Order: sequence, then C-alpha cells, then structure tokens
Amino acid sequence: MTALTDQLAEGLNSPICLTWEWTYACDLACVHCLSSSGRRDPNELSTEQMKAVVDQLAEMQVFYVNIGGGEPMLRPDFFEIVEYCVEKGVGVKFSTNGGRINAENAKRLASMDYVDIQISLDGVDAITNDAVRGEGTYERVRTAMDHLRDANFGQFKLSVVMTRENVEQVDAYEALAAEYGAELRLTRFRPSGRGIDTWHELHPTQAQQIELYNWLLARPQVLTGDSFFHLSALGEPLPGLNLCGAGRVVCLIDPVGDVYACPFVLHDNFKAGSIHGEGGFAAVWQSSDLFTELREPTNPGACGSCGSYDACGGGCMATKFFTGLPLDAPDPECVFGHGETALAELEANGGAIRPTVSVDHSKPVGVGKKRIPVSIL
Amino acid sequence: MTAVAFDANRPWRLHERVALRPEPFGALAYHYGNRRLTFLRSPDLVTLVESLNDQPSARAAFDAAGLDAKRWPSFEKALTSLAAGDFLVLENAA
Repeated sequence: MTALTDQLAEGLNSPICLTWEWTYACDLACVHCLSSSGRRDPNELSTEQMKAVVDQLAEMQVFYVNIGGGEPMLRPDFFEIVEYCVEKGVGVKFSTNGGRINAENAKRLASMDYVDIQISLDGVDAITNDAVRGEGTYERVRTAMDHLRDANFGQFKLSVVMTRENVEQVDAYEALAAEYGAELRLTRFRPSGRGIDTWHELHPTQAQQIELYNWLLARPQVLTGDSFFHLSALGEPLPGLNLCGAGRVVCLIDPVGDVYACPFVLHDNFKAGSIHGEGGFAAVWQSSDLFTELREPTNPGACGSCGSYDACGGGCMATKFFTGLPLDAPDPECVFGHGETALAELEANGGAIRPTVSVDHSKPVGVGKKRIPVSIL
Repeated sequence: MTAVAFDANRPWRLHERVALRPEPFGALAYHYGNRRLTFLRSPDLVTLVESLNDQPSARAAFDAAGLDAKRWPSFEKALTSLAAGDFLVLENAA
C-alpha cells in the first residue's frame, strides 16, 4: 500500500464512491442481481425524503452518486430527483437495464448536464446475455443503446459483469462499445444477492481471470470500478486504488434508507445505520460503529505469510463473506489458489455455511419475467 | 478542450468547474466537466493550488506560500499533472 491508500483506508470526510439504490423494483430478474431486486419495498423513500438526502450529500460535497437499484427509472419521480441532484451540484451516474430508455427519455437525458449512464449487458449475443438477464433483454438493450446514440447523448458506459460465459467475449465488447462511441466498463461478479447461489457456477475460472488481468493491464482505458484488485496480486497493479473501500471510500444507501458498507453486502452484519437516524447519512458515514471498525487496520489473517498481501489486501470482503469464509481468509478467487483451498477445507469439514441476504425483494417464482434457471445443486 | 502544458512561469488558476473537498490527507478535486477525480496529496499542495489565482505565476505562488525551494520540483510535478487533467488552466483562459 502507498501512503495515500493507507490514509484512504482510515476513512474520508465523505465517501468517494457512494452507491444509492433508488428502488428494489425491477422488471427483470437477473440471476446475479446483487440486491435481489424485483418488488418495490413499501418503505422506500418518498420524493421529499429523497430530496432531503440530496441536500445532505450536497452539503457533504459528495461530487456524484452512483444510482442503482432495482431499476431506478421505474420510480415515477426518477427525472424529478435526477434534476434535483444536478441542481444541487451532485452529479448523477446511473445504472439501468435500459428498458425505459425510449426515444423520448433518451432525448431528455441527453439534454441534462452531469448525468452519466451505465447500461447493463451481460453477453455480446442474445444467448449469452439472456441466460443471465432474461429472455429478450439483449434486443431491448441494443434498442436502448440505439436511442442514446440517436439522441446524441454522447459517451455512455456499457457495463458488463464478468462471468465464466462472457469473459472470453471481451474483445467483442470492446468493439461493440467502440461502435457506439461508448466506454467499456467490466466489473467483478460477486456472490451477493441472487448471486449467492449462482456465483459458484458462473464466476470466471482461475485461467480466465489471469487472461482478464493481462487484457485489462493492456487497456487502462477500460473502466473496472476498481473491482478486480484481487488480481493485482499477479504483479503490476491494475489502475485504481487497489483496496477494499467498504466503509472507507465506498458505501451504499438502499431504497429504504439503510446504509451498508458497500453495494455487495446487503446483510445485517454490514448495516451501519439509517438515514432516518439522528444526524442522517453524515452521522452514519462519520461515526457509525461499523464504519469506525472498518477503518481500523485489517488483520491479514491467513494471508499474513503471503508476499502479495500488500498488493491485494486479502481481496473482497463481500466475496469471502457470502461464500462462507471468515473475513481474514484469502479471497475465494485468490490468484494463487489459496481461496479455493480454503473453500475446499470448508466443504471437507461439513460444508460451507453460506449467509443469506437479509433483504430479498425477488419476485415469487413463476411471477413476472421468465427467469432462465442456472443449474445449481 | 485541450489542456495546455504546464509552465511555472505563467499564471494559473483552478478550472471553474473544479471543486475541492478538504480531506485528512489534503483534498479531493473533482472536475465536473471531464468527470475526473484526483487527489491533492498534501495540505501544502491544497494551499498552493488555492493561492494560484492571486499570484502572477506558479513560481510566485511557491514563493508566497513560503515553500522550501527543495520541494518546488515535487510541487511542480503535481501541478503539471493537474494541468494535464485540465484541473488547472491559464489565468486568461475562457
């Protein structure tokens, strides 16, 4: 770690990367959904409560927020709150499945300043993508991308979660992004939300990860949200801060106003507080017990004797937690295979006890969009 | 807009769309135009950057801030990188 990352690990006055999920409602049921979204929660923040959060973020000089969900555009007040953010100097980067980006909405988005769009696509063809995101979604996303291009939105981001099935399509993704003048963003698949079950079958293999590392190293312009820092143990670090930012530079506000350490740990163990508490979000960020604890030096645990610990910091907390490993164990995708060994040991000792999410808004099976099952045992 | 190469003898100022947020290590700078985020890694650098606007040149700002001349090259390097990211622009730039 450098002097800067040491200081970042001790926490900041305000988060650098704040994810704010606006609703649990979603018209899709992606098999890897980090927030198990589907149904709207009856306690989701009202328009006025949303605006009060924006006011506080502006006061804390949070430069921009990463809006997600669920599908944020399903909120009837979506544009009203986006406009309010922009007015207050809080930039908006929002992730969408593209379903609501019709010609009219694309024009409206193109006319706004400080608004960036990340559109999700998880395969360069319908077969690969639709297996994860649902039938017909490939065509739907391409249509949304066409609308953004026709509206001269400018550079949007094409966002892909890397899986065993799509990681070898990276060159084709790069070409597709270039065709639209878009930026490519590849992120790590974590076993969060509905991914707790599907990750084991769908996460990239060790060999695929090493190839991905080399591919990314040669393309520093490809965005990764700093999510592959566990791969930096291979040698030259990937661009980015290369540390687990949970509660340090990153956090999540969920649709009902609960604050979690990162978007991938929607679990009571990682809930720091609520925006409804005294002092609101600022108090949670600045002085919650959980965030204070996360800003203390981490114990390298089982990784203490590994020469690469300084490069990867032991990897991703969420990934360890939801695969049933202790937080001081190696990352399940440790490039030296230590995580796989640790998982195998858990299995040999009676099986891993995998936590389940504390909040699940998945639609009941058989309702809503068809979900293509991934065979898991 | 193409960034102009940094020259310590010319007058510089923060781009009007750049915001600084104080942090324990110095400050975070965010450019609302090109959406870049960068770290000002020491409180002295923050003071220096904030004072640029009132000085006829970057070099004059080094002097006015009372910075040890031995440290000037490292500050010059930091300012060069800020200018490359369009965080700093020439005084008379639009």
